[in-house]
Amino acid sequence: MEVFATAVPALSDAWGLILQPIVLGYLVLGVVMGLAVGVFPGLGGIAGLSLLLPFMFGMDPILGLALMIGMVAVVPTSDTFASVLMGIPGSSASQATVLDGFPMAKKGEAARALSAAFASSLFGGLVGATFLTMFILVARPIVLAFGLPEMLMITILGLSMVAILAGRIPLKGVAAAGLGLMVGTIGEADAGGSLRMATYDIPYLTDGLKLVIVGLGIFAVPEIVSLLRQDRSIAKGASLGAGWLDGVKDWAANIWLSVRCSIIGVVVGVIPGLGGSVVDWIAYGHSVQSTKDKSNFGKGEVRGVIGPESSNNAKEGGGLVPTLLFGIPGSGSMAIFIGAVALLGSGDIEVGPSMLKDNLDITYSIVWLLALANVVGTILCIAASGGIAKLTTIRFTYLAPFLFMLISFAAFQSGQNFEDLLALFVIGLIGIFLRRFDWSRPAFLIGFVLSNPVEKFTNQAFQIASFRFRKSFAEGMEYVFSPIVIVLIVVTVVSVILGIRQAKMIMAEGEVKSGSKRAPLIFLLVIMAYLIVALVNANMIPDYNMTDKIIPLVIGSVSLFCCVILLIQMMRRPEGDAIFADKELAGEDASAPHGLWSTLAWFAGLIAATWVVGFILALIGFLIAFFRIRAGSSWQMTLLLTACGIGFMCFMAGALNRDFPPGLLQDMVNLPWPLN
Amino acid sequence: MTISNFTRRAVVGLIAAAGIAAPAAAEVDFSGKTIEWVIPFSETGGSAKWANFFAPLLSEALPGQPTVVVKFMPGAGSTKGANWFQEQSHDDGTLLFGTSGSTQFPYLLSDPRVRYEYNDWIPVMASGTGGVAYLNAEDGAKFDGSANALKDTNFIYGSQGATRLDLVPLLAWQMLGMSVEPVFGIKGRGDGRLMFERGEANIDYQTSSGYLGGSAPLVESGQAVPMMTWGALDADGNIVRDPTFPDISTFKEVCEATDGCETSGEAWDAWKAFFVAGFPVQKLAFLPGDTPQEVVDAYTAAFQAVTERGDFADISSKRVGKYPVFVGDGSKAALQTATNVDDNAKAYVLNWLKEAYGVELN
Repeated sequence: MEVFATAVPALSDAWGLILQPIVLGYLVLGVVMGLAVGVFPGLGGIAGLSLLLPFMFGMDPILGLALMIGMVAVVPTSDTFASVLMGIPGSSASQATVLDGFPMAKKGEAARALSAAFASSLFGGLVGATFLTMFILVARPIVLAFGLPEMLMITILGLSMVAILAGRIPLKGVAAAGLGLMVGTIGEADAGGSLRMATYDIPYLTDGLKLVIVGLGIFAVPEIVSLLRQDRSIAKGASLGAGWLDGVKDWAANIWLSVRCSIIGVVVGVIPGLGGSVVDWIAYGHSVQSTKDKSNFGKGEVRGVIGPESSNNAKEGGGLVPTLLFGIPGSGSMAIFIGAVALLGSGDIEVGPSMLKDNLDITYSIVWLLALANVVGTILCIAASGGIAKLTTIRFTYLAPFLFMLISFAAFQSGQNFEDLLALFVIGLIGIFLRRFDWSRPAFLIGFVLSNPVEKFTNQAFQIASFRFRKSFAEGMEYVFSPIVIVLIVVTVVSVILGIRQAKMIMAEGEVKSGSKRAPLIFLLVIMAYLIVALVNANMIPDYNMTDKIIPLVIGSVSLFCCVILLIQMMRRPEGDAIFADKELAGEDASAPHGLWSTLAWFAGLIAATWVVGFILALIGFLIAFFRIRAGSSWQMTLLLTACGIGFMCFMAGALNRDFPPGLLQDMVNLPWPLN
Repeated sequence: MTISNFTRRAVVGLIAAAGIAAPAAAEVDFSGKTIEWVIPFSETGGSAKWANFFAPLLSEALPGQPTVVVKFMPGAGSTKGANWFQEQSHDDGTLLFGTSGSTQFPYLLSDPRVRYEYNDWIPVMASGTGGVAYLNAEDGAKFDGSANALKDTNFIYGSQGATRLDLVPLLAWQMLGMSVEPVFGIKGRGDGRLMFERGEANIDYQTSSGYLGGSAPLVESGQAVPMMTWGALDADGNIVRDPTFPDISTFKEVCEATDGCETSGEAWDAWKAFFVAGFPVQKLAFLPGDTPQEVVDAYTAAFQAVTERGDFADISSKRVGKYPVFVGDGSKAALQTATNVDDNAKAYVLNWLKEAYGVELN
């Protein structure tokens, strides 16, 4: 009761602070700016907040907070546009939304998918804030109860969702996840600094691949290329079917799913060190498991949108707990947020344990500003969704070059290397083949996302556990098998068993026809070759750096084992078996008027030209050539669209103070912005 | 952004201008230009905090009040950005580069990725920090100003890597004869503190700002006991008590009180060399090597004006700690202390890294 005695006045103080016209004005301003930044895939909160930082110095704290929170809060909402409309995961928080959101857009239900997503986001945000208002007072001991074994188990729970998403041939799903995990280990190991599948001569690889690039490569590139080959609009028949009101009704009909997923979001979001990477997958898995008729998942099931979207906004609220109470940021944007808070006013607000003692009113203001920003952002997004959904009725050939432009720019922002573009292309190629041969792309992505946490938590938990065991056996057991761990193990086992049973129903890639042996076999052999090279490479790490080699060795061996079984199955089964799924044999891709390689060549051309003359000059050439030759537009149309594209790019980059990839030309001559 | 902000800037600008009037910063004028301050780390680290703190102040103090933006170029533990800066030459004085201890250590240890040379660059500002090591309550009770009673305890420490700044605490504990097992792979000192709070680690260290913000409350509530600071350097290069923590003894004092730990000899020299390189001069701002003198002078004068602001002590102590900021010639001297360790110290540390952690840098 004592806690409530302090909480209630602080809560009413907080509302007093928030409900002033000027504070609300700043909040709306932040929301609008956040929307403008958030629709850009791969930029999100970090770019937006960095833009605001210079203005924060000495600003009235509550105004600065309103501005920043307005901006941060709408990013997980606005990135839904890219996920649903283009199949591009706007950020790690909306990866799972792509699975059903994009198929809905293809069916002409983009507005419905968007409004269902936004309604869920809003609700998730509000549930999150309500929950936090109570929870934040007692959160500290609970957060501290999540040690390394507990975090490892949550990561494994996230990984177990692979079982659900694996598809018709579970082994392929496991192998895809294993491949994702192995790709995630590329670079310098966290623990001992050994290099894995990298060399100091290619510094780019030592840092490992970035999530933005892998997400764009695995999901966006294959979809863009496929749609472009078919030369039609995203929505079949170019018609908008169900409207935004249906989406809101869908959400209302599934309100309990939304409640449960919101709570999952808050709880997982609260644990520092995990952040957004697993929440949406766990929520997606839960949505699948709690749905009776699972046959529509992966093909446009609205529950597959409502679940992840309810959780990802609630997660932002949960993520505030470690940020405010421990001063430990849950994400990149939260880290900048901490830095910015110190700039506000006279700098007396410092995140950390004192936030609850000295600044409880500010803490509550932050929680409820976040909720309010969600309301404002969602209303704006829902209002816009009907109009923006019309994008899906445009002939895709007119959209594709802009999407290539956007994903190249987004990929470059992740590391500001030319190699970012090359990596995007290579991962894109992998994505295209995973899609073609019906290997689960979500499983690959989950593997990649969780690769680092799995390795880190395993090593650290093992090290601390062995230390405890040395002290006494009982103390070791107590550490490893805490009640939370046991509960999580049970949940994981149940979800894997259910998942395997249900997996056959869910075809994330839709129906895929099977055919001759040759192409799927070659792809399998290529994957095996990579795994063998990676295994040999990991084995070369000296033994005293066991922490750096054990995970790649174990995961690589398991994946290779799956591949060997697949190989044996492929040799024994007749042509036409499900194992030989190949999208080029029948269906949309097979009947597409344009070939794969000629379409991909356009993208390759843009990257190659960037290497020579820099991004903007390459883009001008690319857009003109594409609209003239591939789209067959008139010169006026071509020049108009090119000017729009270049203008938009320069405006965004200029406003956010971002660079473009330079080429060889820029090394030799100094050119004015934006050509440099 | 706001009117109040604008007036505030204008007033501060006037005060700053009055401050600069004496050094008279030649004819350099940055009006309408944008200065890019490149930081070879991500947006989330301490160096970002440091640059973001100075950027608006620098903007007000430079002639012509240019916009100063902080740009991030993370990669390979800052060696990527530093290698990039090595290739840059003077253009119009709008490029500034910031480094940290994490840039200095690979340079000192001849990391194979290092393709930069500090002596090619012109330092214009340098600032330092300190560090505090602390124990959990149970082991802290055994601490009596010496580590004698701690030698039988097995300690666990969340570490970012033995070749990073963590080298300084790890070597110090080893010299005290303590058995500290580092758990590698954490991403920042905040994660280390959390591991400590969860009881998974039982020893930790934080830089000054991290200690004040996150660990001091643990000390107040009795969950942690401060053990020692790394100390600070006086004008003669002696290690003295850290001015931010005058009540906490230094590693030097603890070492003197502990059996078997010596404040002379090669281990001590090596520790001190790396402490000096990593803490009292932790972050430096550089201009490219061929920058003309008048531009260097303009930056020097601007940073001088920043440090002479009436409110500087107040605002900086909260953001970057109460440590001296070196400008001009001071920053040159600071650079020398930060980037020179003698060969014996280096050889000692390289050998220790190899024997204790199996790390070989070649």
